[in-house]
Amino acid sequence: MMAHEVEGTAPVHGAHEVDYLRAGAGVRSWLLTTDHKRIGLMFYVLVVLMLLLGGAFALVLRTELLTPGPTVISAAIYNRMFTLHGVVMVWLFMIPSIPNIFGNFVLPIMIGAKDLAFPRLNLASLYVYAIGAVVTLAATIAGGADTGWTFYPPYSTTTPAGVLPVVIGIFILGVSSIMTAVNFIATTHTMRARGISWGRVPLFVWAIYSTSIIMLLATPVLGLTILLVGLDHVYHFGVFDPTLGGDPVLFQHLFWFYSHPAVYIMVLPALGVISEVVCTFAQRQPASYWAIALSSFGIALIGFAGWGHHMFVAGMSELDAGIFGAFSMFIAIFSAIKVFTWVATLHRGAIQFNTPMLYFFWFLFLFVFGGMTGVAVATQSLDVHWHDTYFVVAHFHFIMVGGTLTAFLAAAHYWFPKMFGRAYSEPMGLLTSFGVFLGFILTFLPQFLAGNAGMPRRYYSYPAQYQWLNVLSTGGAYLLAGALVLALLNLLIALRWGPRASANPWRSRSYEWMTPPIPPEHNFPVTPVIDRGPYDYHLTEEEAHARVSTAR
Amino acid sequence: MPESQPPAEQLAPARLAMQFEDLEKQTHAAHFGMWIFLASEVLLFAGLFALYASYRAVFGHEFSAGVAHNNAVIGTSNTAILLTSSLLVALSVYAVRLDRPTMAGRLLLGAIALGLAFLVLKGVEYTQHFHEGIFPGSAYRFEELPQAGAKMFFTLYFLTTGLHAIHVTAGLVVLGWLTWGCFRRRYGAGNDTHIELGGLYWHLVDVIWIFLWPMLYLMH
Repeated sequence: MMAHEVEGTAPVHGAHEVDYLRAGAGVRSWLLTTDHKRIGLMFYVLVVLMLLLGGAFALVLRTELLTPGPTVISAAIYNRMFTLHGVVMVWLFMIPSIPNIFGNFVLPIMIGAKDLAFPRLNLASLYVYAIGAVVTLAATIAGGADTGWTFYPPYSTTTPAGVLPVVIGIFILGVSSIMTAVNFIATTHTMRARGISWGRVPLFVWAIYSTSIIMLLATPVLGLTILLVGLDHVYHFGVFDPTLGGDPVLFQHLFWFYSHPAVYIMVLPALGVISEVVCTFAQRQPASYWAIALSSFGIALIGFAGWGHHMFVAGMSELDAGIFGAFSMFIAIFSAIKVFTWVATLHRGAIQFNTPMLYFFWFLFLFVFGGMTGVAVATQSLDVHWHDTYFVVAHFHFIMVGGTLTAFLAAAHYWFPKMFGRAYSEPMGLLTSFGVFLGFILTFLPQFLAGNAGMPRRYYSYPAQYQWLNVLSTGGAYLLAGALVLALLNLLIALRWGPRASANPWRSRSYEWMTPPIPPEHNFPVTPVIDRGPYDYHLTEEEAHARVSTAR
Repeated sequence: MPESQPPAEQLAPARLAMQFEDLEKQTHAAHFGMWIFLASEVLLFAGLFALYASYRAVFGHEFSAGVAHNNAVIGTSNTAILLTSSLLVALSVYAVRLDRPTMAGRLLLGAIALGLAFLVLKGVEYTQHFHEGIFPGSAYRFEELPQAGAKMFFTLYFLTTGLHAIHVTAGLVVLGWLTWGCFRRRYGAGNDTHIELGGLYWHLVDVIWIFLWPMLYLMH
């Protein structure tokens, strides 16, 4: 579908250079590369592996929950399994997914830079991530933390399972996050090409920039807090241990000070991808550029003020609960601004129905539905009923996982031609996209019902009355897994056998599409001067090309 | 990979990395990156400060007693030592800008000596505590201040000063590397970015101590 060559696809920037994939051969040229695109690709491989691993753990959990009693694993293994699922999905998949893969790959090109500001730091963040992943996984498999990904004391300081090695692994992952965040923020501030003012930065860059601010400021608090839990567990420091004068609820405050904004670390990049996809496939400039850009920023800042809604039932004054509830709802306002702006952008646009666009519609449903249930649980009275039930599980899977996953897949398809210079099979892309959505809905819609009916989360067994909902959910999980594997296969096949793609198959105006089909090693021979916005769809493609010059 | 841009008259020219258009942008990016990294470091300590504030609100008297028990002479001397070392580091940046790297190297050596003195004094203090039976958490056995609050105070004392000492050690490694570079004449006028960034880090370590000092030695 996108194989036909669009006119004017010859690289605007000078000669035919060797593309980044062929710029150097051999393992060494990959392992020691400082090219942001290659580092993005290596993250891609690792992060997809983690997604598969986390997904496999989820399938084991869902299989176990098919019947009310024991099904395939013991209760102790079950506890370790849901901990692993959470840890892998949160820290090894969702947090690094879009920023480290697609942010790494397109952010420098989107601002007309030859690379990130600190390429070696970028490479280091890859290795630190890999080390963190190995330590975390080895520790969870060998020591077997069974605390859930939230590590709540006093259980986490008294459990017989090993906690310290796991939290050390997560601490290392946090270091990698901070390295990436420093790089992205400094790059966005200091490396924009001439002509790319703050009002011309692509919306994806705004999203990654906002995400990086959260990563930079929240991650150190989390790293320190869970490290203290690990120390409490091994050396009985007692910082959070009530028998030694500590306060377990204080842990929850510090933990959620990071982990609530971390939800936006996961979802803001997704919102950025969606903004790009909507504008490209509607062939229209966003209904309001600043509404989308600044709402990202707003979510990043207000996101720091909502953590208390995780502790409504842990002991909190009415006043505090009201304030935290209100702040949480502010985030819904910013999110709604985005949703309405996207929909307004579609209005009278020339919409193309490609796979990324289809994922946008799934995203929209999951984000709005998940978001509305979020407003509901931000209300203290309702939260008391739903707290620690499957309702909350379904809520955060809808908004956080559904949002991130659909946007991740949208990005994987949207930027595929740019990253690999080939076209994937569009019918297969659309089909797997339907599969992902149906699987997702089937998995988590029943969990809303189960939670509302009172089924607690993280339980190994349950009364038989919940079984039909769990059977539906498990079936959905298998459908989702199947669709994901097929989507992955579709892309892998296209990697080798897909038809060659043109430089700008979606006819986007965003700057990354101005490079050759596969960008050369340093993106641009000379830093370009750009005299137009990234969404100038009122210009023809020729005019858009003409306004990007390589003159210094 | 960095490409060198050799203006022949300079002894130690700054190298322009491939991804930057000019040295000005490169220096700006380096400074900017360091400053935001320091913000992250501040937040790392902020978690501990938050814990201190919360537990001080709960155990006011015990915390006061703990602060009073700490050796304010050592704490204050260490403050003076760190402040002086920061002064030397600031002077070394100035010396490099005047194209006198050897002078800068000597100043940095002085700063390193003071940093080591800080750690030695810290060690002396820790040893005193250990002799009295003051250990973090459940290992705490100091009979004079046996309350849960004092135990929490000293746990936080060890955590904050321990984390700070790790930062001092890291800072010393950075300063050592910079000193070596100075004596090898790798830095000079127009090529002072590394010294300045290392200096910023050292100042941060100093600033954090400025907050720890009253919290742990004066506020009783």
